[in-house]
Amino acid sequence: MHPLPIETAVVDECRALAADISGGVQRFIDAHTTVSIERTVLRAYGVDGADADGVPLVNTCVDRYLAAGGLGHGIAWWLGRALARGAANPQEAAEVLAYGSEVDDGSVGATREELLAALAPYTDAALERLDRARDKRLADRTRLGTGPTPWKYVIVATGNIYDDADQARAAAQAGADIIAVIRSTAQSLIDYVPYGATTEGFGGTWATQENFKIVRQALDDEQERLGRYLMQVNYSSGLCMPEIAYLGAVERLDMLLNDAMYGILFRDINPRRTLCDQYFSRRVIARAGIIINPGEDNYLTTADAVDSAHTVIASQFINEAFAKRAGLPDEQMGLGHAFEIDKSIEDSLLMEIAQAQLVRQIFPRHPIKWMPATKHKSGDIFWSHRVDGLYDLVGVATEQSIELLGMMTESIHTPLLQDRFAAIKGADYVFNAARHLSDEIIWNPEGRVVARARQVLDEARVLLREVQKEGMFSAIARGAFADVKRPENGGRGLGGVVEKSTAYVNPILQALEADHV
Amino acid sequence: MSDVPPHKRPPELIRAYGDRKDDGRIQLSFTLPVATSGRAKEAARRFAETLGLKNILVATMEKAGTNFSFFVVYANADVQLDYSAIVVPEVTVPEWGFKEINHLVHEQIGRKVVVVGACTGSDAHTVGIDAILNMKGYAGDKGLEAYPWFDAYNLGAQVDNVALLARARELNADAVLVSQIMTQRDLHIENSQQLIELARKSGQRDLLFLLGGPRIDHKLARELGYDAGFGPGTKPSQVASYIVDVLIKRRPQAER
Repeated sequence: MHPLPIETAVVDECRALAADISGGVQRFIDAHTTVSIERTVLRAYGVDGADADGVPLVNTCVDRYLAAGGLGHGIAWWLGRALARGAANPQEAAEVLAYGSEVDDGSVGATREELLAALAPYTDAALERLDRARDKRLADRTRLGTGPTPWKYVIVATGNIYDDADQARAAAQAGADIIAVIRSTAQSLIDYVPYGATTEGFGGTWATQENFKIVRQALDDEQERLGRYLMQVNYSSGLCMPEIAYLGAVERLDMLLNDAMYGILFRDINPRRTLCDQYFSRRVIARAGIIINPGEDNYLTTADAVDSAHTVIASQFINEAFAKRAGLPDEQMGLGHAFEIDKSIEDSLLMEIAQAQLVRQIFPRHPIKWMPATKHKSGDIFWSHRVDGLYDLVGVATEQSIELLGMMTESIHTPLLQDRFAAIKGADYVFNAARHLSDEIIWNPEGRVVARARQVLDEARVLLREVQKEGMFSAIARGAFADVKRPENGGRGLGGVVEKSTAYVNPILQALEADHV
Repeated sequence: MSDVPPHKRPPELIRAYGDRKDDGRIQLSFTLPVATSGRAKEAARRFAETLGLKNILVATMEKAGTNFSFFVVYANADVQLDYSAIVVPEVTVPEWGFKEINHLVHEQIGRKVVVVGACTGSDAHTVGIDAILNMKGYAGDKGLEAYPWFDAYNLGAQVDNVALLARARELNADAVLVSQIMTQRDLHIENSQQLIELARKSGQRDLLFLLGGPRIDHKLARELGYDAGFGPGTKPSQVASYIVDVLIKRRPQAER
């Protein structure tokens, strides 16, 4: 691949600015915890189950200590004390915390050293569980191998997890490498993780441990028949970002949608909450060896893809900076962008190529996720299929890593089995026919593509300079990204953000942070 | 033609047009849950035959999965319709542009038109409502936010029906725009209907209620209790024209 002639000094400056921007936020993150982080700690300790009304035990536990003003110590503090008092295991200890006649006021009982000692074996077990899942994935993947890149990523979205599993198999048989199970859109805004298998979902299925397991089993089985490793995706976004990351990690998901800003911009989740949650979730994800898929592509569904192309680049730098601070290696950062320029614009394809090549080049080791046209599509499936053909061509010509295949029925319905088949067959043709096209392209230094790439990169630098000057929270509040304005103290979930006390205990996070490279 | 009542129009018989008038040639594609084989192909032919099609050509049979076969079929549909008898309620929208609309509001209404829009219920797909309301607009047609004589409020995704009505009251809105894309199990229909019921109860049904989305048309919107429905490809100026036209017509005669 021949690089576009762009100034590396500009790229370096953008990266330095993003590091600085994330640094300011990281100080806030390090000083705070959230209800969903603390629930994840309980889950990591093996706490499971829900009451008769379906309220998970981890919620009851954390909410009780939040209400009592004790969450600043970390739920592990209280869990450790219950263990030291004689609870047989973390599950029993959590039940005491949730349903015991009295809330522990911390006046008497185990010291910090004693409670940490009581937690220690369970902390080790929690990490072992993550590592076992990671090792199993790695072993399967090494043994079976994956298809060539761009990996073909398709979506199943029946609302019934068993139908999803069947469709996932059929998609894999047709040639898909990656199966994403669409999650109910409403889940972003609920502050607990539901239980069990979904058979009547709305706009998808719930992200639950059981649903993850059902699809993974189907893929485990199918990949043996096909002799090709199959990857599974779900959503670690919304109010339960860290918890879903943990469940995804132990159920061996390969990729999780996980973005530092998506929930803030598109689901009106409080900025402080999301920024804290993304950090802990990414710590888990880093350890688990999962690839994150941030959602920058979504900016272009609300903002214009020509005018706002630079916001995608700027956001990628910021997502990268946050991910680095959470210990994620480049190889796990599936930064996103999209083929969303208005198709009626002359030379729109040239601008798409410029952007795709620019992203590829700025983030060379990152498994870049390339997203199809959605906004400028229509019910004319024949036209739409042709749009996807050009999209596939740009994908392979610029060596994108993960390609979410466009569907000819994009603006009509969630894909039928045959829509997915047509998309995979079309992509196979284009990828194969143009497999080494990228080696043949040498960019005209005076041409439109190079000029466009330079312009977008320069604009990204201007935006990053502005954000660096005013700070991340203020930039989000004034609508610097995706034309959406979100104040620091607005949105959902702020009540679940708690300042850490000086006594704060979180042995899981401590162990994960020890991995930091 | 549209001014003549249907029963008085001369019959106008039509068939599908393939290569020649009245040949009835059509295409269809579908999947059967069986492995590809000669039997599968015959099943596809019979499937088309059972639909009443003739001169069936199974153009392709493709393996779409171990136990799934995908077919493209061409055939003749022996279906004839009297086009003159077909009546569909359509939104009649004056073809006004940006300047004209603002001018009309200024001259004839004399105050800004207030519009509140949202994706309601569990719907998080804001592309449609954004295209109509946000500054940028759609296909070169500016969104209502850009209109100096409109105050447009886009409440975004997953807005509760009650909250939407409360906001409409607070802002003294003239029109409420609802965007719905949800395709599963007709959830969008229930939720859209509920808004109108709530509006009746809260005494807000006199506001203009507009429904938009990829699967919405005027007929469906009317059935659900809305004043008008707008499908895919609708431009912001069409929505603005509709609202302004109705508001002007609704004004008491004396004020005109």
